Amino acid sequence: MEPLGTFEIIARVLYQFTSVWLALIILFAVSIAFKRRLGLYGKLFDSPIGMVGFALVMFWIFTGVFGQFDLIVTHDSLSQVSGMKNKVPGTPMPRPEEGEYAWYLLGGDNLARDVFSRVIDGAWVVVQIAPLATLFAFMVGITLGLPAGYFGGRLDTGISFMANLILAFPVILLFYLLVTPEIVLTGVPNFMAAVLFIFPVVFAGVLINSRYHTQPKFRTPLMIVVLGGMLWVYLSLISTNGYLVSNKDYAIPALPEILDLFDVSGGILVVFVSVVFVNSPTVFRIVRGLAMDIKTRDYVAAAQTRGEGAWYIMLWEILPNARGPLIVDFCLRIGYTTILLGTLGFFGLGLPPESPDWGSTINEGRKLLSIYLHPALPPALALLSLVLGLNLLADGLREESLKD
Amino acid sequence: MGLFILRRSAVMILTAICLTFIVFFLTNLYPNLEKLAKTQGNFRMSDEAVTSWLTKNGYLQPLPVKYGQWLGVLPGWVIDADDGVTGRCITGTVSPKVAEQAASYCGIIQGNWGQSTVFKDEVGGIIAARLGRTGALMFWVMLLMVPSALVVGVMAGMNEGSKTDRTLSTFSIITTATPEYVSGVIFIAVFASSAVGLKWFKGTATQAAKNMPDDYGIAWLPDWMVGFWYRVFEAPTLENFLLPVLTIALYGMGYIARMTRASMAEVMTAQYIRTARLKGVKFSNIVMKHALRNALIAPFTVIMLQIPWLLNGVVIVETLFNYKGFGWAMVQAAGNNDIELLLGVSVVSVMVVLATQLISDIGYVYLNPRIRIT
Repeated sequence: MEPLGTFEIIARVLYQFTSVWLALIILFAVSIAFKRRLGLYGKLFDSPIGMVGFALVMFWIFTGVFGQFDLIVTHDSLSQVSGMKNKVPGTPMPRPEEGEYAWYLLGGDNLARDVFSRVIDGAWVVVQIAPLATLFAFMVGITLGLPAGYFGGRLDTGISFMANLILAFPVILLFYLLVTPEIVLTGVPNFMAAVLFIFPVVFAGVLINSRYHTQPKFRTPLMIVVLGGMLWVYLSLISTNGYLVSNKDYAIPALPEILDLFDVSGGILVVFVSVVFVNSPTVFRIVRGLAMDIKTRDYVAAAQTRGEGAWYIMLWEILPNARGPLIVDFCLRIGYTTILLGTLGFFGLGLPPESPDWGSTINEGRKLLSIYLHPALPPALALLSLVLGLNLLADGLREESLKD
Repeated sequence: MGLFILRRSAVMILTAICLTFIVFFLTNLYPNLEKLAKTQGNFRMSDEAVTSWLTKNGYLQPLPVKYGQWLGVLPGWVIDADDGVTGRCITGTVSPKVAEQAASYCGIIQGNWGQSTVFKDEVGGIIAARLGRTGALMFWVMLLMVPSALVVGVMAGMNEGSKTDRTLSTFSIITTATPEYVSGVIFIAVFASSAVGLKWFKGTATQAAKNMPDDYGIAWLPDWMVGFWYRVFEAPTLENFLLPVLTIALYGMGYIARMTRASMAEVMTAQYIRTARLKGVKFSNIVMKHALRNALIAPFTVIMLQIPWLLNGVVIVETLFNYKGFGWAMVQAAGNNDIELLLGVSVVSVMVVLATQLISDIGYVYLNPRIRIT
């Protein structure tokens, strides 16, 4: 078979994304039609910058998700095909089987795997980890930042010192110290997971209790359902094969295997924990600053005069009024988390070496960069466009939220 | 002011002690020590051999004791064996008589940074040499980044909402969205690749680092000045230094430019600017004489706080361009669990971070007369 020309490659790549284009068109058509009824999200469609950003972000989210349903990928991202090592984009397969895609659209990497499919699968790694890790970092930051800003004093000094301690660490050194296999063996990341992941549970508990503690009949069942569910997920998250940590020296049992809902593979958990750990002090500082600013407002004073509890004021008066800057920062921070994930991959830390995530692929591609460009460039541009999309989205949101 | 600096310095030292203790704890976990023993001895060591190697080299003492020895507040360990005496402050195995001559305290306070197990050399010397090279890189980064970021920011901020503003803001958003490992790869692909690129520059900075020896032969100038001149102006060439410098500068630039823009835009809406305009002062004069000074207070803090972030960029860029500087040494030390070198590296980087925070605080107070410390 003939190798593909440039235009044919572009056309075929665009065609592979058909499902994503359709989903994007539907999403935009529906959102623009109903934009007046959708609040801040609807206003996003008034700003061209925000729309471009949102389109880029949604493009990669759809790509990541549909890639998992085999709608986009042309080959298995891990399988190697002999004769395709370092081949240029558009090279036909030597002996394509029945029903197999006959070309490597973006060429093969140095292990003869399809670059195009690896980029698509890499999107799924980011879509899985980045938003969730950022959400966890926000939970930790909010749960610690609100009391630090609201109460001040010793508590504030103590937590701020800890946050500055983590911030003073060079991120890469921290990654190297936390993510090496030897450290993983001792269970340090598992302990950190156990501590960091409890924050959403605490947050939900305090949130419900501070609001409904005057109606115990309603509160108690709600608490049992919500906290029970969250604790179950929490325990499933931190325990693997029935243990929190299990190595040759000691083992700490956790949730029995029968009750374990899902298993997070070791590499992903460690990466997740370290990214949350690095992000939460910055979120803490932002929330603390906002809380210190908002606690001087009149509506907080009114709530205090009403005799509301401290946690009610923090979570139901201060937090909703801090949502604007927090939403904007959330978008920016997902972008930053994506960059951090790439950094981890770039240094070959955490995720398994054959993992298709963008950082690892760039790292592998850069070694032969002066001869072959095609393995390193697509993941680099993919990462760039996603982070750019998130930054533009944050910019659009900031602009629109300032307009009210 | 004096009290403020004193208090900040105390917090700084406390932070440094806490951080080095964390590094110490993590590097001294048993699996790490085991790996160290196996890389230093041989990979097929039995468990007993590992234990005896670790005991012989003082690694199996309690953690606080080891930390105290490293810091230099506890006397270094000494072990009497059949074939002679070994110890923290003694190089190699010596007879008991020689051992008595050795200092009993040798930690970081005494200026002894220990031995690197990867480079087989004094940690202090390694760090000094590497820091010099990274310093040269940073010099050019700052020289390129700060002025261009300020120009971009001021240009964008002086006419908020104009076409220039839109273009420059988009440019700064793009640079903040491009981490070093992405822009570096793109730069190498475009400018250095031997396949399709322009082949203007080199994809590595190895040669620049090689051209920076640790000692310089000119006797009539102070050593550090010669070294500085040589590192910054003689050794690097446009061909092998522009791409790494550009890669680091670009990522940091966008953020500073955006902060400058925000600050400039705020100043331009102030009353005194309107007064100046109504008086009929020329627009260029308003910007240069009235607005600029006040608009540059906030970016100063941002620039200082950006330095720790640049450190990350330095590690990535030195790995990508194979420039054997401070960041490269850090990756080597961390990858091989070189405990003493890692500790040295973290002391230096933590000090850099904390010092820049201190300078930015002091500078902010100095530049902004509205802020007074009590």
